[in-house]
Amino acid sequence: MAKTHVTMKVNGAEVEGLVEPRTLLVHFIRENLALTGTHIGCETTHCGACTIDIDGMSVKSCTMFAVQAQGSDIMTIEGVANADGSLSALQEGFRMMHGLQCGFCTPGMILRAQRLLKENPAPTEAEIRMGISGNFCRCTGYQNIVRAIQYAAAKINGVEFQEAAE
Amino acid sequence: MNDMTPTREQREAKLEGMGCKRKRVEDIRFTQGRGNYVDDLKLPGMLHGDFVRSPHAHARVKSINGDEALKVPGVLAVITAETLKTVNLAWMPTLAGDVQMVLADGKVLFQNQEVAFVVATDRYAADDGINKVVVEYEPLPPLIDPFKAMDKDAPVLREDLAGKMTGAHGPRKHHNHIFEWTVGDKDLTDAAFKKADVTIKEMLSYHRTHPSPLETCQCVCSFDKIKGELSIWGTFQAPHVIRTVVALIAKIPEHKIHVISPDIGGGFGNKVGAYPGYICAAVASIVTGKPVKWVEDRIENLTATSFARDYHMTTEIAATKEGKVTGLRVHVLADHGAFDACADPSKWPAGFFNIVTGSYDFPTAHLSVDGVYTTKAPGGVAYRCSFRVTEAAYCIERGMDILAQKLGMDPAELRLKNFIKAEQFPYHSALGWEYDSGDYHTAMRKMMETVDYAGLRKEQAEKRAAFKRGETREIMGLGVSFFTEIVGAGPSKNCDILGIAMFDSCEIRMHPTGAGIARVGSKSQGQGHETTWAQIIATEIGIPADDIMIEEGNTDTAPYGLGTYGSRSTPVAGAAIAMAARKIKAKAQMIAAYKLEVHEGDLEWDIDGFRVKGLPEKSMSMKDICWAAYNSVPPGMEPGLEAVSYYDPPNMTYPFGAYICVMNIDVDTGVYKVRRFYALDDCGTRINPMIIEGQVHGGLTEAFAIAMGQEIRYDDDGNVVTGSFMDFFMPTAVETPHWETDFTVTPSPHHPIGAKGVGESPNVGGVPAFSNAVNDAFSFLGSTHIQMPHDFWRNWKAAKNLGVFA
Ligand code: FES
Ligand code: FES
Repeated sequence: MAKTHVTMKVNGAEVEGLVEPRTLLVHFIRENLALTGTHIGCETTHCGACTIDIDGMSVKSCTMFAVQAQGSDIMTIEGVANADGSLSALQEGFRMMHGLQCGFCTPGMILRAQRLLKENPAPTEAEIRMGISGNFCRCTGYQNIVRAIQYAAAKINGVEFQEAAE
Repeated sequence: MNDMTPTREQREAKLEGMGCKRKRVEDIRFTQGRGNYVDDLKLPGMLHGDFVRSPHAHARVKSINGDEALKVPGVLAVITAETLKTVNLAWMPTLAGDVQMVLADGKVLFQNQEVAFVVATDRYAADDGINKVVVEYEPLPPLIDPFKAMDKDAPVLREDLAGKMTGAHGPRKHHNHIFEWTVGDKDLTDAAFKKADVTIKEMLSYHRTHPSPLETCQCVCSFDKIKGELSIWGTFQAPHVIRTVVALIAKIPEHKIHVISPDIGGGFGNKVGAYPGYICAAVASIVTGKPVKWVEDRIENLTATSFARDYHMTTEIAATKEGKVTGLRVHVLADHGAFDACADPSKWPAGFFNIVTGSYDFPTAHLSVDGVYTTKAPGGVAYRCSFRVTEAAYCIERGMDILAQKLGMDPAELRLKNFIKAEQFPYHSALGWEYDSGDYHTAMRKMMETVDYAGLRKEQAEKRAAFKRGETREIMGLGVSFFTEIVGAGPSKNCDILGIAMFDSCEIRMHPTGAGIARVGSKSQGQGHETTWAQIIATEIGIPADDIMIEEGNTDTAPYGLGTYGSRSTPVAGAAIAMAARKIKAKAQMIAAYKLEVHEGDLEWDIDGFRVKGLPEKSMSMKDICWAAYNSVPPGMEPGLEAVSYYDPPNMTYPFGAYICVMNIDVDTGVYKVRRFYALDDCGTRINPMIIEGQVHGGLTEAFAIAMGQEIRYDDDGNVVTGSFMDFFMPTAVETPHWETDFTVTPSPHHPIGAKGVGESPNVGGVPAFSNAVNDAFSFLGSTHIQMPHDFWRNWKAAKNLGVFA
């Protein structure tokens, strides 16, 4: 099949590639760019494992063609850590609050949570739960993911994180 | 001592040993997208395989034509059963002693069965190829209802078994019958029922569902023609077993097979068995000489790789009028689908279902299980469960509630009256198990006090009265569940897989500078073994957990183990780790004695090293002993500090727990609200409370999903109607309730560190808690039992059937 030339910015770097028009963005990212942190759990837009950030929005990259991302600015999990290589507040929150087990949902979950905290810097528990409802986790039961996001929100906002009594 | 000398507490804390909420080692890479899952692997020249699948539930395959597919750019091969026959691999053995078609051989027996394997240069081309393979089918009648499987005129499904009236587990009664399994004393049980004041009988269905981990099943096979070696990277919960199976069926010497399970994105039992995709990818690699990747998509995962449950349990309990149970009789009709691909220890066709007497002191019991074939996907895996223990727990826990209702007794009271008492352990159950330890009354009472059980019952009574007065349309249910699990398969005397005893193993190698590596026969799929296994070693030998690297999943380097499922890792591999560590410690003691110039017996262990009894300042740390092991061992001793342990457990372990679910249901809409869920688990010694809590959260969420809607359903024609995440219920953060966790600690007396295993308890105990809550809510309207799953629509229907809209 004829190939199309695409260019985009991924984690701050200009990238380009030749793709079939039908190539899914997630495959372009994983296979052409070798950024395998973005995962595939369904390819039907349900699970959120493939969630990345495109031009300031959370997008499920399994349901978008690579050609549709022409010229866009993308962040994947590989671009989330702080510039000095340390874990971002969310990455740290997930670790501190045991917000992950198998880790398969984690990149999508962190990308979604990062955007959520930009949309709503101090979300309530219900807002967090609604805000990540496009992302499945089969392992954690979500409770510790919610705490991880609360931990990160507190850290970003410079307030003390109150562990929910349990 | 100067100020710099660390205190005992500081030394202890530095180890991050058992009991500590150590943060996970794995998370550093997982939070940065640096995990290494199978689909991340890309080898030079790698090809992709994908399946042509059957649209029919039951059909004769008249012809398969791959000519057009081979014209598709990038398509290199179309493999069919005929191709596989040339290497004798058209069929493969299952773990349950049956055989399964790898690719359709003459017939298809379930929708989405694998028919042909298309190999191409990339996944898109493979998909193009699939669409061009022409298969001619002649449809045959489907068989969906297991209760009709043994009808006289039921269609013959397994033509390969024609005339074989004996299967792997004894005689077969019918052409669609697989096995009958019976346990217990029938005469004594029948007599108990004759004498009983009160009996109940109810058919309790545990519907078909699916583990569906977020990562599907997948593999990369790479055959090196020059060396004759096959490397397989796969999502395997039991990599060594896969290696042995491949050696047996592909006739490749076992040392030339390298099986590697890298990071796994959840398993929950889905990744125990061997699937046609693995065989086809291996054959394709052998044929092409190139690496071949096979990645299942979600629809394939839900519809073709192993389902779970599908047990239909006719349950009878006999009791005195005071509520003392006197007998249990259960008959199970087990729907195994088209092939018996249950992942159970070989001698156990219905797993450990004979734990069905649960936490209660039944003087006698009798159990029979009939397995049948239907035109559904094969399997019967333990979805976060120790081999049919979830089904057994549901059976007895629903049964006890139904009995309580008949007796007019409180379900908690009935349980307290019948519990095995703490002083009865070790306890021999009527169906043949020896329960190691337990204190059920304490756990139950702690649950009842914490949630104010009496207060909740009072509130429920008021709500019911208000409902009857027409003041509310909301009903309230309390779902009590008290489960006893049986995990840690298992002792070689009764547990094996294909003849291999179900031991597990650990090899520890300490390096000169006091750091080390431990390789273990288990395989984490998210349970956090890299974190917790190091904690066991830290406590045992006094080296900080941070200085111990844990490695699993590479069959070339890890000692042979039976893998991770059935909550067996802590009971079996965890024990092997402790035993290997103790061997290290024993040698270390000899070295320390030599270096300190005392007798071994004069030394005592002190957190992170040995000290001379009575002379605490004369001591040697484990770190220094490691150095000495490579530098100055006693004369006659071999240098180095390594140990291997293969642990054959003397018994299973028996975790237990007390759960309660408080639920409100709106009868007009069927919409439920989980108001509260409290889970008390007793898994013996707790290695990492943070991880235990996480396991419980995850298991409860799965239990919630299963009880409240997660079902693999077929229509009358045999089409799967829940084949994607659109229809298969996966709870999101919005639906998932808030979990309250609690614990008691009753160590296992026979386990080296007293641990019992916890991963599956919440699934086992959670499902009956939810189902009992729904059933308890409706009971005052005259209902005895409503089948799962309890989704909104079914709740509404239940209300309608009970006449509340009159
Ligand atoms: S893989 Fe994209 S939503 Fe599941
Ligand atoms: S951590 Fe396994 S799916 Fe979320």
